[in-house]
Amino acid sequence: MDFVLATVMIGGLGLLFGGLLAYFAQRFAVEEDPRVEIICDLLPGANCGACGFAGCASYAENVVKGEAALDCCIPGGKNVCNNICEVMGADSVASGGNKIAEVYCVGTNEVTRNKFYYHGVNDCKAAMMYGGGFKACQYGCLGLGTCVEACPFDALRMGENGLPVVDVERCTGCGVCAKACPRGVIKIVDAARTGKVVLCNSRDRGKVTSDACEVGCIGCKACVKACPQEAIVVENFLASIDSEKCDGCGKCVEVCKRDVIKDVVKVAVG
Amino acid sequence: MDVNLLAIIFVAIFANNIVLSQFLGICPYLGVSDRLETSLGMGIAVIFVMTMSAVVTWVIDTFLLVQFDLVYLRTITFILVIAGLVQLVEMVLKKTNPTLFRALGIYLPLITTNCTILGVALLNVQAGYNIIQTIVYAISTGVGFTLAMVIMAGIRERLDLADVSSYLRGAAVSLVTAGILSLAFMGFKGMMTL
Repeated sequence: MDFVLATVMIGGLGLLFGGLLAYFAQRFAVEEDPRVEIICDLLPGANCGACGFAGCASYAENVVKGEAALDCCIPGGKNVCNNICEVMGADSVASGGNKIAEVYCVGTNEVTRNKFYYHGVNDCKAAMMYGGGFKACQYGCLGLGTCVEACPFDALRMGENGLPVVDVERCTGCGVCAKACPRGVIKIVDAARTGKVVLCNSRDRGKVTSDACEVGCIGCKACVKACPQEAIVVENFLASIDSEKCDGCGKCVEVCKRDVIKDVVKVAVG
Repeated sequence: MDVNLLAIIFVAIFANNIVLSQFLGICPYLGVSDRLETSLGMGIAVIFVMTMSAVVTWVIDTFLLVQFDLVYLRTITFILVIAGLVQLVEMVLKKTNPTLFRALGIYLPLITTNCTILGVALLNVQAGYNIIQTIVYAISTGVGFTLAMVIMAGIRERLDLADVSSYLRGAAVSLVTAGILSLAFMGFKGMMTL
């Protein structure tokens, strides 16, 4: 008798809930556009927010609703953009090409002076609150790795010398690190560019920069005179090279006394 | 059984905190407590599901299991009921209140298999609470769970920035913290028990 009662009880409850579930599944069915899920699967899924939406799922929803452009996914680059266009039945959109993060500072621990010894929360933003950071250069990398923590793709690591290193294979150019850096040392640049680049962020006068750092750009304009392409300009005591004009001849590197002009990172653009 | 409702609230939140004294629901307690925001979301979802399932299981226990002398089927019945119920609620929410559905998000189906929910349903009937006491006990247990989650998340957010020795970094220091937190809550036991 017990056996029968128990079976009826559990079976009955199971049947009741099963029936309810089946009924509710139809009664409360939510119609979803299947394209949302397809696009969501196409996206990288890092939820980096570079597109301007709350995450990949939210971006996919807005694409299908027609409220978002098709080429907003920076990490996905051209491939993802083309795939989305295909799903949406649109002609492919000319996207801006792949981007990559670059660290505009070569002031390693050995060559840049510290104003004071910092012992506190291991975070660049926190360190900035104490007298604007412990490094004598007020523009250079603090090297506490806030960008490394922020990177959703594990594309940054902190090097031995106290500067973050970008893994070009993994970097998608989403720009999360550039936003996280309180000093704006990281810039998002065109991955396809070539030639030379001035890896310095210091807009201090030459004397101030040279007191703080052995390798910072002092704005001496020696490179400007040396460049046959006239690709270099100095603004706010900081030289910058126009990658459109630069042909990578290397004359600027020879005359630079501060050793701050480097080759751009070579990236295989696929 | 006549128990003061205020006593139930105090004991459920502090003295007999579901996580820190009874060690139920450790999994979300360590898994979802790395950010204040997510732990709060989880906590609210738990309060919601816990109260609902406590009421329904109480009704089923009182009017079906006890009536037919089938109390030994409690565990399996409750599991069935809770799982079905959470699924139902998820469907209804998705249709009628998408905002709340998104807020509770992935936590709802996760909670289905959470031992705190089953634990509270069982503790309720074992203590012989009436329906009012059941509701109060379920809500305050949920609040206690949320409290533990929020405290833990607050500490862990700070731990992330602290200069922790490399041997202890990560899970190790979280477990040590959980232990100390639990010890601290044990202090409430001296104040009141049921």
